[in-house]
Amino acid sequence: MSAHTHHSTPAHGGDILGETGEEVIGTSPVERTAAGDVLEPEEELLTINFGPHHPATHGVLRLLVSLEGEIVRDLKPVVGYVHTGIEKNCEDKSYWKVIPFVERMDYLSYFFNMEAFVGCVERLLELEIPPRAKYLRVLHMELNRIHSHLVWLGTSALDLGAMSMFFYCFRERDRILDLFEMSTGQRMHTRYFQVGGVFEDIPLGFAHNLRAFCAEMPTRIDQYEAILNANEIFLERTRNVGVVSRERLLDLGVTGPLLRAAGEPWDLRKVTPYECYEDFDFSIPVGTIGDGYDRYRVRVQEMRESVRIIEQAIDGLPEGPWIADDRKVVLPPRDELSVSMEALIHHFKLVTEGFRVPPGEAYFAVESPRGELGSFVVADGSSKPARVHIRDPSFVNLQCLRDQCIGGYVADMIQNLAMLDPILGGIDR
Amino acid sequence: MRREKLRALAPLDEPEAPSDLRVRQLRARDLLRGDLEGPDLEQHVEESVLTTTMGKALGWGRANSIFPATFGLACCAIEMMSIVSPRYDIARFGAENLRASPRQADLLILSGRVSIKMAPVCRRLYDQMLEPKWVIAMGACSSSGGMFANYAVVQGADKFMPVDIHVPGCPPRPEALIYGFNKLQRMILGSPDPGWRHRYSAVGTEEWAREATGRASKEEIEAYEAARDLIASHESARSQASRGGPA
Amino acid sequence: MPDAPGLELIAQELNADAEGSVLGTYHEHGQGCLIVNPERIIDVLRWLRDTPGQEYRFLSSLHGVDYLPAEPRFGVVYELMSMPRAERLRLRAALADPGGERLPEIDTCVELFPGADFQEREVYDFFGIVFRGHPDMRRILMPEEYVGWPQRRDFPVGGEPVIFTHDEPVMPRWYE
Repeated sequence: MSAHTHHSTPAHGGDILGETGEEVIGTSPVERTAAGDVLEPEEELLTINFGPHHPATHGVLRLLVSLEGEIVRDLKPVVGYVHTGIEKNCEDKSYWKVIPFVERMDYLSYFFNMEAFVGCVERLLELEIPPRAKYLRVLHMELNRIHSHLVWLGTSALDLGAMSMFFYCFRERDRILDLFEMSTGQRMHTRYFQVGGVFEDIPLGFAHNLRAFCAEMPTRIDQYEAILNANEIFLERTRNVGVVSRERLLDLGVTGPLLRAAGEPWDLRKVTPYECYEDFDFSIPVGTIGDGYDRYRVRVQEMRESVRIIEQAIDGLPEGPWIADDRKVVLPPRDELSVSMEALIHHFKLVTEGFRVPPGEAYFAVESPRGELGSFVVADGSSKPARVHIRDPSFVNLQCLRDQCIGGYVADMIQNLAMLDPILGGIDR
Repeated sequence: MRREKLRALAPLDEPEAPSDLRVRQLRARDLLRGDLEGPDLEQHVEESVLTTTMGKALGWGRANSIFPATFGLACCAIEMMSIVSPRYDIARFGAENLRASPRQADLLILSGRVSIKMAPVCRRLYDQMLEPKWVIAMGACSSSGGMFANYAVVQGADKFMPVDIHVPGCPPRPEALIYGFNKLQRMILGSPDPGWRHRYSAVGTEEWAREATGRASKEEIEAYEAARDLIASHESARSQASRGGPA
Repeated sequence: MPDAPGLELIAQELNADAEGSVLGTYHEHGQGCLIVNPERIIDVLRWLRDTPGQEYRFLSSLHGVDYLPAEPRFGVVYELMSMPRAERLRLRAALADPGGERLPEIDTCVELFPGADFQEREVYDFFGIVFRGHPDMRRILMPEEYVGWPQRRDFPVGGEPVIFTHDEPVMPRWYE
C-alpha cells in the first residue's frame, strides 16, 4: 500500500496519483484541502491505496481511501482490473456460444448468469420450455445460491478473522460441486442451461445424492450459526456497522440481500416469478436495520430457504423432456440423426450458423445471490446478438460502499466490503 | 521388572537371524551408547547418512515449503481457494501458508484472466517478489488469453512476465492445479519432467517451418541441422549416462 | 409491464405534458418501451418517477446500445421499475452521432437516480456518450488513458490471430 500525505493544495482538487496516474476528486474534509485550507497536523488526511492486490478485496478491487487517523473520510472505488470485454465478444458469437461467455461474468453464480441470458433469448423467441426443464433450472440455481453464499461466508469470516469457517464452508461447497459434476459434468462454469431447457437430464443417483445433501445441510448451517451468531467478536464487528437507510439503498439501485437486510422485502422470485418459482413454498428473510449482522443473517437464512426449495423441486420433479422440441432452436437428439434427414439438416444449421432470432429487444431479470441480475439482449434477425448487456448486481451495489464506510473505521471498511459480497468479475465484466 | 520385560522383548543376543529393521534399531542403540565400533560402525554410518549436493538439498527445502501468494484474479481464484480447503489439501505439500505480501511469497499463481489494466500491476507484484520465485499460469486465460480473444485481455501472461508452469482448464480442477504444482516442485528439485518429445521418443521430429515453405536460406538450414544434431547427441549422452531412465 | 394500451396512455400523457418528448412507443414480448427525445429525458424521467400512479422510482439498469446501421445510432436505455405495482418500463433516448470528433451528449440523471453514477460512467467508457452534469465523467472499466470507445459496433473486437508454424516467418515473435 502506498501512502501520500496531504500538505498543500494543488490547484485542481486533491492530486492523489494512483498507480495509473488518475486524479481523485474529493468530498467534504478533502474539499477543504482542495479549497485551499491547510489542515492541522491532527487533521491531515492520509490517502491509502487499498490496491488491486490485497487479501481482503474479494477480487481485484482498488479503493482509494482518505483517512483521518483511523476514520475513513473519503472512498473511491476503482474498478476495471478484470474487465474482459465479454459483452463485446458476445456480439461476435452465435447465441449458443454466448452462453459460456456470459457465464463467466459473475463467476460465483454462473447458473444465474446463464438463466438471465437464456431467459432473455427465450423471451425474444417466445419459446416455451418444458416443466421438467424449469424445475431442473430452479434446482441448479438454488444449489448455486447455496454455493455462492457458502463461498461468501467462508471468505468473509476469513476476512474477519474466523479462519475455521473457511474450511467448513468449503467442505460443503465441495459437496455441491460434486452434485454439479454429477449432473452437468463440470464443477464450475457448466454451460448447462441452453435456450429451450437444459443440456441433459439428471443421471440416476443424482436425486439420491441431492436428498442426502439436503438432509445434512440444515445441520451444517446450524453449525455455522453456532460458531458465528452469538460470537462476541463477530457481533462487535458487525453490529450497527455499515448501516445505510432503505431509501438511500433504493435510490442507489441496490438489490438483493443488502436491500432485504435493510427491511425491504424485495425478491424477484416472489415479485415477478420466473421459471416455476410460484410452485414452491419458501419465504424471504428480511432484516431490520441493514447492518453487517443483518446481512449475514439474511444470507444464512437464504441458504436454509434454498434447501427447502431444492427439496420441493426434487420431490415434485415432473417427467418429460428436458429441453424444448423446436428443432429450429434446439439440437435434435443424437439418435435421430441417423434416421432423419431433417434432423441432420437442423443439427448442421444449428451447429454451424446457429439459430436466428427475430429482431427485437428484451430485458429479463433474475434474483441472483447478490441481487437483480438482468440481461438485455438486442436481436437484429441474424444468428448473432447485436448487443448483450448484463446488469450486474455487484456493479450497482458497489455504489453504496461509500455511504457505508465514510465516517467509520478502516476495520469496518473491511467488514463492509465483506458483507457487500462484491464479485469483481460481475462488476468488470 | 521393566528391564526384564524389555530384555524379553529385545534380547541383546538373539538366537535366530533378526530382521533388517531390528538390526538397524539395535545398531542405532549401540551407536548412541558408544558400543559400536569397527566395521559395524562404518556400515551403520554408510546406511544412515545421505550425501547430496548443496543444490539438491536447497531444492528439496524450497520445493517442499513453497509460500504461494494470495493472488486471485477471477474464476480460477475460487478453484485456487479450494486447494487450501480440506478436500484438496495443499498443506500435504507444505504450501498451506499463503502469504498476502509479495515480498514474503515464492509462488505467484496467476489465477484468472489478466486484463490490460491489471497487467502492469501483475508485473509490479512479480518484481516485488524475492528470488527464487516461480509463476504458475493457472487456467486458459492466463496461459493464452483463454476464450477471450479481445481488446481487453492480455493473450497470455507470458507476454509480460516469465511463467514456469501453465495449467490448462477453464477453470482447472483443483487436482489439475495440484498436478501442476507437483510438476513445479519437481522442477525446483532439479529433476524436471521430461518434455513430451523425450517422453515419446520423438526427438528429432521437429519441423522447420521455413524449410517447409522453402523460404529459409542455406545458412539457416545448416544451422538448424547442426542444432538438431547437437540436441540428439545430448539426448543420447544423457540416456547413456542414466541407464534405466526412459530410453 | 404496462400493457400496450397502458403504454400508449403513458406516451400521450407525457406528450401532453411536454410536446415532443416521446417519439415513439413499441410493445413486444410483454415489455413496453418509450422512445424519448434525448433533450427531454430528464423531464420524462421526473414525470415517471414523481407522478402518483406512475411511480417508477427504481432504476434497474442504465446502459447504451449502438444500433449502427440504423439511425439514430445510439440509444441510452433506462430500465425503470415501479416497485409498488411490480411493473417495468423501458425508455430509450435515441441519440444521433454528431460525426467527426464530437461526442454525443445527454443530460445526466444522477440527481434523480443516484444509482446511475457508475452506470453512466460505463456508458461513457464504452460508447463515448457524454453525460452533461455528471460529477465524475471519466472511464470506469478501461484504463484511464485508453483511446477509443470499445462497445461501438465499428470498434474491432481485438485479440490476436493464432500463429501457426506456417505463419511464423511473417509474424514475428512477441519478444522480437
